[in-house]
Amino acid sequence: MNHKWENFIQSWGHRIIAIGSYFLFVKNSIQWMFRPPYRHIEFFKHMEFIGNKSVFIICLTAFFTGMVLSFQIYLGFHLINADNLVGPTVGLGIFRELGPVLTGLIVSARAGGAMAARLGTMRVTEQIDALDVMGINPRQYLVSPRILAATLATPMLTAIFDFVAMFGSYLLSIYVLGLDEAIFIDKVNQMIDPAHINEGLFKAMVFGFLFGTVCTFQGYNTKGGARGVGEATNAGVVISMVSIIVSDFFLTKLIRIYMGWTA
Amino acid sequence: MSNAVEINGLKKTFDGTNYVLKGIDLKISRGEIATIIGFSGTGKSVLLKHLLGLYKPTEGSIHIFGDDIRNIPEEELSRFRCRFGVLFQDAALFDDMSTLENVMFPIDEYRKDLTKTQRRELAASKLDQVGLGSEHFNKLPSEVSGGMRKRVGLARAIALDPDIILYDEPTTGLDPIMTEMVDDLILSTHRSRSGITSIVITHDLHAAFRLGDKIAMLDKGKVLLEGTAQTFYDTDIELVRKFVDKGVRKT
Repeated sequence: MNHKWENFIQSWGHRIIAIGSYFLFVKNSIQWMFRPPYRHIEFFKHMEFIGNKSVFIICLTAFFTGMVLSFQIYLGFHLINADNLVGPTVGLGIFRELGPVLTGLIVSARAGGAMAARLGTMRVTEQIDALDVMGINPRQYLVSPRILAATLATPMLTAIFDFVAMFGSYLLSIYVLGLDEAIFIDKVNQMIDPAHINEGLFKAMVFGFLFGTVCTFQGYNTKGGARGVGEATNAGVVISMVSIIVSDFFLTKLIRIYMGWTA
Repeated sequence: MSNAVEINGLKKTFDGTNYVLKGIDLKISRGEIATIIGFSGTGKSVLLKHLLGLYKPTEGSIHIFGDDIRNIPEEELSRFRCRFGVLFQDAALFDDMSTLENVMFPIDEYRKDLTKTQRRELAASKLDQVGLGSEHFNKLPSEVSGGMRKRVGLARAIALDPDIILYDEPTTGLDPIMTEMVDDLILSTHRSRSGITSIVITHDLHAAFRLGDKIAMLDKGKVLLEGTAQTFYDTDIELVRKFVDKGVRKT
């Protein structure tokens, strides 16, 4: 019995230490963002990697998400003769929830996984130590630009997702389901508020920050060889995805109840 | 001769109970080559990380050119580390940069007084110093051999003309010819500038005896024996004798 308790306390102790280390890591990485020398070249390199290189996969996913969501909503609304509300309903779902959440999940899997693997490899091959002994702060050089780039690129990608998903919805609704084009556009204009889009972009920024910090933390603290890199990458992606979905609920509550952005 | 490195009573534990280093005392004079030998797991790499200020001593002190590194604030440690050049075991080259870019990296960072062309020329001259011609400048680390990677690593280590060069097991995994070449490179780099101090951590006894003005053997976190090659041949300490006999027979 004693042994079980010991193990239980030890395992929770490790978890608490890991959470504490994560917050310290985030705090230090943010501090290093604002200290010279500013790593703007690194920042733009990571913006290009996280942002530009994700555009295609985001567009592809968004286009089909917009279409399938429209189709499902149409099937339901058609039963109660509310076809005209397909556009705004899809819009609300995309702008407030699916846009930021799916973008966060896709980018965390693609770019977050790559970040964790890259930093993990640098750790096990002593490249991070090499930076350290050259007098270059590895957090400032490797971590801070990645976190900043993830935080800023994700809302931009979400904006692209929103646009393409709505375009997919428009195409399907008008040319396949035969809804009236003027009514579709009018209802969307009438019922979608800029605050709905802002809500999604704000969430996306938080999701970008989350996967940026989680994946860099996992990669930066990789231990062991190739196996360690695999484990860090896996942990980075899984924790990022779960935290995006869990935080989405709390962010929605926060935005609607405390910030009062959207009705 | 003044001391480049002075270690007194250095102890280190990571978990509060098990000591990796159990009281190391070692002095390395300016301008000499010191080799640190020992079996695996005796704390050689931990000692190296202490010298670089990457680890803080649990007890004891380390003075580098008279400065106690425990008293150097975190923000000044970066500058302090520029006095060191380090050749890592696997060279630790940045794999997304060419060989020339790897050598240019510390130069770009610290020699902003030079123009881009001058920085490039300086990096090229360091690569030339370790015997790498311009035909290799644009190759990625994955495209060159293990020996060449070590050369690039050494060129990067000496890029800023450091006062102390640390070699972390520089010949591990290399064939005998390449090992000889790396040893020669260490000697020629050491002789290329006066006052430079070299510290070589190695398993290779032949290299240790050939290179070292001073040799120190670590065992169980302590310096077991310190002296010249002759001291090691003459000693009665059984463990050292075993290490020397096996090492000499192997070479």
